[in-house]
Amino acid sequence: MVTLGDYLLVSGVLFSIGFAGVMLRRNLIIILMSLELMLNAANLSLVAFSRFRVDSSGLPNYNAQVFVFFIITVAAAEVAVGLAILVALFRARQTTDVKDISSLKF
Amino acid sequence: MSPFLFWLFASLTVIFGAAVVINRNPVASALSLVASFLGLAALFMSLDAYFVGIIQVLVYAGAVMVLFLFIVMLLNLQAEERRRINWLAAAGGITVAVILLVQIAVTIGRFEAARQAFPPLARSTDDVWNIGALLFSNYNLPFQIVGVLVLVATIGVVLLSKREPR
Repeated sequence: MVTLGDYLLVSGVLFSIGFAGVMLRRNLIIILMSLELMLNAANLSLVAFSRFRVDSSGLPNYNAQVFVFFIITVAAAEVAVGLAILVALFRARQTTDVKDISSLKF
Repeated sequence: MSPFLFWLFASLTVIFGAAVVINRNPVASALSLVASFLGLAALFMSLDAYFVGIIQVLVYAGAVMVLFLFIVMLLNLQAEERRRINWLAAAGGITVAVILLVQIAVTIGRFEAARQAFPPLARSTDDVWNIGALLFSNYNLPFQIVGVLVLVATIGVVLLSKREPR
């Protein structure tokens, strides 16, 4: 029997992997990918809760799935802008390593 | 959904998710991310969220990953040369992530409803219809704001990638 907790645990593990990626990796592209991983972990727990809250007419709670729709849309826009910034940065500095981008560091 | 299929797709998602972080080559990372998203789409479908699962495949495994691979190949990124790893910083990052995971696990363990199975659905879900009805009634304003956001993102990307006149 698969419980709600199993889905939430998978979502938590995925979020932690994404978080570790943001903390550990220094390549900006990999950091963006790890951000996507974290957003998707949140999506998984939202969909699991949606399926868990079956209302009186026997349908899942679709509010959570609408939120997932919005998250996917915003994430797609975020990736496009993030990668455009990355390309502009690469043009100026010829690097995607966060260690080499420290002009604002005090 | 049989437990076997759930654990198969869950382990697929988590293993390829870990491969995204571990791989040194950005192309390999991007391909692992595609596999991870496909596993996640299967998990969505196991929760009777067919619309979200298909959107996941189309938008993430399709559009977003093509964008990532395109940028990786445009910038001609090679595998990172081995720099001296700052072990203290790496250990710190892993510790924080593990603490976060333990917190999540403990919270789920204390959550009563998490031990229950999913209640059965009364009938087959026409979820595209239901999500669409919600989008155009309760969530109409957020929906239009998201439309403006996508427009602004498009304009921003064009501006950002335009070459500065010298």
